[in-house]
Amino acid sequence: MSLRSPLGQVLGRGSAKQGVHHWWVQRLSSVALVPLSIWFLVSLLSLPSLDHGVVSAWMAQTSSALLLILFVLTAAWHSQLGLQVIVDDYVHGIGARTLTLVAIAFAHVLLASAGVFAVLKVALRGGQ
Amino acid sequence: MPTRPLSPHLSVYKFKYTMVTSILNRFAGAALSAGLLLLVYWLSAVAGGERSQVRAGRILSLPVVKLIYLGLIIAFSYHLIAGVRHLIWDTGRGLERNQARRSAWVVAAASLALALVIVYCAWFGAAHPR
Repeated sequence: MSLRSPLGQVLGRGSAKQGVHHWWVQRLSSVALVPLSIWFLVSLLSLPSLDHGVVSAWMAQTSSALLLILFVLTAAWHSQLGLQVIVDDYVHGIGARTLTLVAIAFAHVLLASAGVFAVLKVALRGGQ
Repeated sequence: MPTRPLSPHLSVYKFKYTMVTSILNRFAGAALSAGLLLLVYWLSAVAGGERSQVRAGRILSLPVVKLIYLGLIIAFSYHLIAGVRHLIWDTGRGLERNQARRSAWVVAAASLALALVIVYCAWFGAAHPR
């Protein structure tokens, strides 16, 4: 037990410089998602059909493959940040909260990797 | 874990419209996280080849899943437009009470209109299997 008060122990150490990091990356990803999500929706809706040939030919174009990968990555990032805040607000108890946050983080990395892998698989085999 | 009471205390506030616009944005965002799951499932099915896509297509075209698409379209429209409102707020603009009240109506109307446009295009668009 220290004789110094909890406040005294942290005073003068300066900020961790991460106070706004979560806020900032949440905005960064949301700004990127505005054009990316609109592009995704418009492209999907303007495909002549959703048959395998049509979809994979679309996914194999360099521009759509690239944008799809960016969309999946940014959406997963933004989704993780958003769900994290919900858990921070409503899941009480350090154990339950930590477990939920770990599960959410792992699930999003898995989702993002699976999405990117799927797009690359179609694109690198030339859209078949 | 501090034992003192921590926010949010949802039950202590008097009802205000800002609660609705705020919680809807959160619900919509959470719904879109589930939508991400559907998107990755579909992308993986496409990557698995024609047969795997047809197999996934049987699930993805079930009436109950189409109802989910409708929900996702509404969630997307609201989250997009309410999100842009937040980005404008982040620049310090539009935070006066009357401005915020007006922009809440703009968000409601614009997101409803956007959702209708998307549903129309999805239903009557070229990609819709008839």
